[in-house]
Amino acid sequence: MTRQQVLDLYFMESRFKLVEIAAFLDRVERAKGPADFRLAAFRKAMKELNGKKLGRAKKVLLSFSDPTTKPIAKAHGKGATGAWPGK
Amino acid sequence: MRYIEPHGHMVSRTTDDYQDMVTAGCAAVCEPAFWAGYDRSGVQGFHDYFCQLTDYEPKRAAKFGLPHYAWLCINPKESEDVKLAEEVIGIIPEFIDKPNVLGIGEIGLNKNSRNEMKVLEMHVDLAARTNSLILVHTPHLEDKLKGTRLILDVLKSDKRIRPERCIIDHVEEHTVQRVLDAGFWAGMTLYPESKCSPARAIDIIENYGAERLWMNSACDWGVSVPLAVPRTALEMRRRGHSAEFIDQMIFQNPARFMSQCPKFNLPA
Ligand SMILES: [Zn+2]
Repeated sequence: MTRQQVLDLYFMESRFKLVEIAAFLDRVERAKGPADFRLAAFRKAMKELNGKKLGRAKKVLLSFSDPTTKPIAKAHGKGATGAWPGK
Repeated sequence: MRYIEPHGHMVSRTTDDYQDMVTAGCAAVCEPAFWAGYDRSGVQGFHDYFCQLTDYEPKRAAKFGLPHYAWLCINPKESEDVKLAEEVIGIIPEFIDKPNVLGIGEIGLNKNSRNEMKVLEMHVDLAARTNSLILVHTPHLEDKLKGTRLILDVLKSDKRIRPERCIIDHVEEHTVQRVLDAGFWAGMTLYPESKCSPARAIDIIENYGAERLWMNSACDWGVSVPLAVPRTALEMRRRGHSAEFIDQMIFQNPARFMSQCPKFNLPA
């Protein structure tokens, strides 16, 4: 595909998602009480969008990932939060 | 259009879904064993589930003219209880020779715990002993990268395991390269709120090549779309991919992987 074709196919959808993210950040800021590690992780991941090189999606995913390599002692619960709490 | 749904939890879906899938061109559906959304109370619950996957569900699919295949295991979400896992793995040989069973899956990790690792190794051993194909679930979200690394280590350290007979599912941009580089197949799951979108799945195909990749909806009892594969095929068409290439991605590739099990046969 040409750049023009990519823009024709995906600009509107991506613009919509960008506004959603902006509104989410406003919403979280207007709300009361402390945030948790997820907000910091989100802001950190957003920095990857400004990178000049290819591989932004990969870098965003890596930014949210547990970088450790040893199995944990025990699974407490089954769910995932989307961001690594960093411990 | 013809396609194979290589990963669908059809016991959680309605007959309307079967009808829609067949209408959209589905030629076969493959159902890995999954967590029920609650922990089963004992091995008898798994016995009943394996009967459902190997007897009742293929009959239900057949009513819509759809061949149904299954994979058996105790899901990583229930693998913290090693004793239960041993019991469940103990009954799998009763079912492994059923005509619709393709192999062991979806095994893998969920929270990357030591017990989950033990149970993964037990499943890999069972697959090696029974010369079965393997379908692997990689963990969600922040746990995926670490889980994928650990899973690849387990599979690579068992010399009986041939990577071309294993599919590592739910890959994303940060895990696909290491899976393919190690010689395994990689599956992309098309979910509305996590894993891959159709657009990103096609990006991955364009970046990493179509040789050992497939796409699935992994439709289950959660937020998921049973028609995600044919919808992604439409997206591929919008992006200018040829009908032959789309057919390779959504039909020929899963057929090529699963045909490594002689029981996988599609009606001519
Ligand atoms: Zn699944």
